[in-house]
Order: sequence, then structure tokens, then C-alpha cells
Amino acid sequence: MALDRWIALAFVAICCVYGYAAFFTMDHLLPPILQRNPIWPSTFPKILAIAGVIVGLFVLLSPKPAPKDGEEAKDGVIDLSRIGDYHVGQAIALLALMVAYAMTLRSLGFLGATIGFLVLGGTILGERKFHIMIPVAAIAAGSIWYLVQEVLGIYLSPLPSFL
Amino acid sequence: MLEGLLLGLSAAVTPVNLMMVVFGCVIGTLIGMLPGLGPMSIIAIMIPVAIGLGDPTAALILLSGVYYGAIFGGSTSSILLNAPGVAGTVATSFDGYPMARKGMAGKALTIAAIASFAGGTIGAILLMIFAPALSSVALLFHSAEYFALMVVGLSAIAAFAGTGQVGKALMMTILGLIMGTVGEGALSNMPRFTFGVMELQSGFSFITLAMAMFALPEALFLVMNPARAAQGESGKITGLRISRSEAKAITPVIGRQSLQGFFIGVLPGAGATIASFLGYAVERNIAKGEEQAEFGKGSVKGLAAPETANNAACTGSFVPLLTLGIPGSGTTAILLGALIALNVTPGPRLMTDTPEVFWAVIISMYIGNLVLLVLNLPLIPYIAKILAIPRNYLIPFILFFTLMGSYIGQNNSTELLLLVGFGVVATILRFADYPLAPLLIGFILGTMLEDNFARAMQLYRGFGFILERPMTLALLVIAALLVVVPSYRARRARLRAEGVADD
Repeated sequence: MALDRWIALAFVAICCVYGYAAFFTMDHLLPPILQRNPIWPSTFPKILAIAGVIVGLFVLLSPKPAPKDGEEAKDGVIDLSRIGDYHVGQAIALLALMVAYAMTLRSLGFLGATIGFLVLGGTILGERKFHIMIPVAAIAAGSIWYLVQEVLGIYLSPLPSFL
Repeated sequence: MLEGLLLGLSAAVTPVNLMMVVFGCVIGTLIGMLPGLGPMSIIAIMIPVAIGLGDPTAALILLSGVYYGAIFGGSTSSILLNAPGVAGTVATSFDGYPMARKGMAGKALTIAAIASFAGGTIGAILLMIFAPALSSVALLFHSAEYFALMVVGLSAIAAFAGTGQVGKALMMTILGLIMGTVGEGALSNMPRFTFGVMELQSGFSFITLAMAMFALPEALFLVMNPARAAQGESGKITGLRISRSEAKAITPVIGRQSLQGFFIGVLPGAGATIASFLGYAVERNIAKGEEQAEFGKGSVKGLAAPETANNAACTGSFVPLLTLGIPGSGTTAILLGALIALNVTPGPRLMTDTPEVFWAVIISMYIGNLVLLVLNLPLIPYIAKILAIPRNYLIPFILFFTLMGSYIGQNNSTELLLLVGFGVVATILRFADYPLAPLLIGFILGTMLEDNFARAMQLYRGFGFILERPMTLALLVIAALLVVVPSYRARRARLRAEGVADD
């Protein structure tokens, strides 16, 4: 089964869970005064759940369109069948780095976490010129912190929490 | 109208707002030039800045400047590198790149800039004429019609998604609507579908979602497939002048394509991409003999047509946004989200309640187009240097900006985890060829759709409003047809291809 069918199947499952929550878990929480309303907080979700299951099943079960003639894979076009050629490892490493950034933003402070993120991000992509990368990251982190803090007026703690 | 123009002038021509136009256009051009980063990603990244300004007029001026700049920047990379940054400028590379290969890169950029300028300006004039008229009609609408109109908008977006994509686009729209119901509901303050998670009480943040749907997958694709970044020698750009005969050749093309592009842009879901391809095809068919043979080999007409059409369509897409409050494209959906965050609700009342916002946007469109022409054109040889930034530096920065954008909006690091999670899901969806703009449009329209639905239900004490208001019924029938007809035709076409149904 192709990836898009799996997604459709997952979508139908989500709609079922969502529909279950809408049909069976919401209405008894409703205060009696609101129950006289023609529309409840669960009405719209119920309609969505039903529509979602129908559309999901339609995508899941409709036959695959015949491939068009003369269509050739181009460089730069996203194509799952060529996933072997892609740098998936780098992408996953960068995602992990983003999660690490989210975790350490408070404890390391904005400046430390950002410089670390930019330098490590470049390193993952194969950059080894640290004498350029570190100053660039430091200047960028400093000026973005200044812009956010002073121009936009949003507080960002710049230094590690223990300082 | 004159009164409105003066009002717009006084609101837009302040030092701060003029700075916003220039700043927006330059930033948009710079980032739009990077292959793989479209206007949606750029606008998503710029939204926290715009919301931080606090003034809706300045914010909208900044964001529309970014939008224009991004389209302009996209055509630059199409012409110089044959690597369109945006789907809307793919048709530009058909004739723009061959021209650049012949050593006429400067001339191609000039034609693109003039065509964009004309398309954008004529589009803004049409917007100025049509929007007030449409919004006075829309003032007669009740919540029942609004509900129906939004359903039409959402199904039109699915219907224009392309052959075999209607079901997928519809599925994404419903997923967006479902995600929109998470958090405190429209009807009571009871939190819905939060599954006990505190951070979901106020619902998903639309900035996070916009980043995760557009900017993050694009950046990840740049990582995974370096060919997508297609870096190359941009070479020397000289000879920006065009000759009189060339100017004469492109004038009728620009005239026709401004009109055609604008009206295609007005349709929900059609937008700049369809306008530019259609504009190219129409002009090729109209051209005769030798001129027609030149299309695809560096024809000035073939370059002017998509450039005019995509800019006119961008302007056209503001019509449903400003008059009905219904976005017809991913980009205008993001703009709508930004406006709602600034306490401005676009719709027919926009022109009566806050006319200065509406007219300031129109004026800023003129100024933005002018800025792109006079500022960017002479600077293009220097701006194009950004194409030489190594991707090892570029990609961490793009990722960092997506993180910053969603962090500034909520000041909460759980949001960053949501961003990464949604980003992974969005990337998988992109691999499976699911369109993501409908998801975001559904998400942003979801609250308004439910609000209007609830109001109509309460007014008519049930589903009766569907039958009692003929306009509502008609709109809902149109919505159903929009979805069913393309699927039916796709099915027929497939059966015919298999030799089952002959006619």
C-alpha cells in the first residue's frame, strides 16, 4: 500500500477517535440550560467526524490514477521513490537538534542555545570552518536578541538560568 | 473612492509605513530569491515581526510588501538559475532562463520587473474598483450565507487542487477544520478535545502551524535533496535596457494578462500558479508564426505573460480576503491569521469599520510595486549575490527562524516541540503528495465557519436555515457540485483510458 493510502487510513482512525470524543464524551458535561440550545459544542465536531470518515474512505479506496506518459522525474522534485538518494540522516539530526534547542532554551539562555544551534546545525551539514561559523553565529544571535528584546519588546532571557 | 484614496494616502504615507513597504519588499526579494522558499514560508517567518508592530495597517503593509517582494525574488532565481523559488514563477523560467543563457539576463530581469510592476499596479486598480462593490453586496449576507460562502470557498480550494487531488485536498481541509476545534470552543468556554493537556487550552497557534506546514518542510527538503537548492553561477548581469520594439511587443501582452491574471486570482484556490501557466499558454496560442516558434527559446512575450499574470493574480487574491474575509490561497490565509491576531476581522465590514486599513493596503500596493521597480531593479546584480550563500549557513538559519517565530508568538517551549512534531507530519504529507494549503485555510476558517453555523442554527432553531434561505441552499449546492464534478470527470477519464466507457 502506498504512503498516501496509509495516511488516509490514519486519517480515518483519527476521525473515529475524534468522532467518539464528540459523540460520547462531551454532551453529558453540558449544563442543562445549554442543552436547550439547538446547537451544542459537539454539533460541529460531529459533522466533521462523519465528513472526515467519508472523505478518508474515499481517498483510501479510490483507484490510483494511471501514470501520465512522458512524465519524468526532475532534479529537485520531491519523490518518495528516490528517498534512498536523500540525506535523510542529516534531516533527522537537524530535527533532533531543534528538539534539543527547545529543551535547552530556558536552561542555557537564548544566546548560548542559539549559538550552539547554529554552529551544530552547520556542523551536521558538513561545515568545518569553525573560525567563520562561530563568529557569524555569535553576531547573529546577539543582533536577533537585541531586535526581539528592544524593537519588538518581547522578553527573552539571554543568559543561562544559573547566572 | 477619492475620499478613500486620500484616507489611504494619509495612513500609508507616514515615515514608519513607508519604511515598512521598503523593508518588506527588500526582505521579500532577498528570501524569495532563495530556491525552495516560497512566499508562504517567508510570510510565516515575518508574522511575529508584523504582529509585534501592534498596528494592523503597518503590519498588513509590511506583509504585502513581503509578498510582492517574494514573488519578484522568485522570478529572479527562475531567470538566473532556472530554479524557481515559487510555483507561481515556474512559467517564468520557460523563457526567462533561455534569455539569461543567451547573455540577456539583464534584459530579462528588466522585462520581468516591468511586467510585474504593470500586473501589480493594474491589479491594484481593479481591486480598488471591485472590492468596494463586492463588499456592499456582501453586507447583505447573514450568518447563514456566510457559512455557505465559506463552505463554497473551502470546496473551491479542493476543486482547484488538480486532477486526482480533490479527495486529498478535501481530506486536508477537514483535518484543518478538526484541528481548529481544539481548545476553547466558539459556543461555550468549555475546552474541547484538549485531552487534559494544559497547553492546548487556547488551541493550536496558527503561526506554529503555518511554520510547520510550509517553512519547515521546505527547509528539510533543502537538506535532504541538495539538487533542490541548485546553486550556480549567477554570472554578470549587464544591459538592463530594453529596446523600443520589445516594449511594443510586450505592451498588449501585459494589458491582456493583467486582466486575466487578476480575475483568476479572485477565484478561491486558483491563484498565481494557475494564472501564470494559463497566461503563458494563452499568449503562445495568440502569437503567430515566428513569434510562436520563439516561445520557450527566450521570447520576450513568453517572459512578460506569466510575470504579469502572477502579480495580477496575487493582487486579485486580496479581493475575497478583504471583502468576504475568506482567503483563497495559503498566503492570504496566513495574512488573515495575522489580521485576526491584530484584532482586525477582514470582511464586508472592514471598509465601513476600519476604512483606513483597507485603503492603506491599496496605496501600499502601488508604493510596493514602485519600490520593487525603482529600488530592486538597479540593485538586482548585488542582491543576486545572496544566491551564493553556502547552504551550510543558510539552512540552520532558516530552521532557527521557524523556531523563533513560533516561540515569540507563545513564549513557551512546548510550542517548539509542537512545531517539530507538526513539521515531521507535514513533511510526510508532502512526500505522499497531499496539498498543505487547504489544511491551513481550513484551520483558520474553522472558527469563523463554526461561529456562523452556530448563529444560523440558533436563529432558525435547527437546520431549517438551509432550506429557508434560497441563497444559502444555492451556495451549498454549488459547493457540492464543485467537489463532485471534478471527481466524476476524473473517474470518467480513467475509465475511458482503460477502455471501459466509450462515448
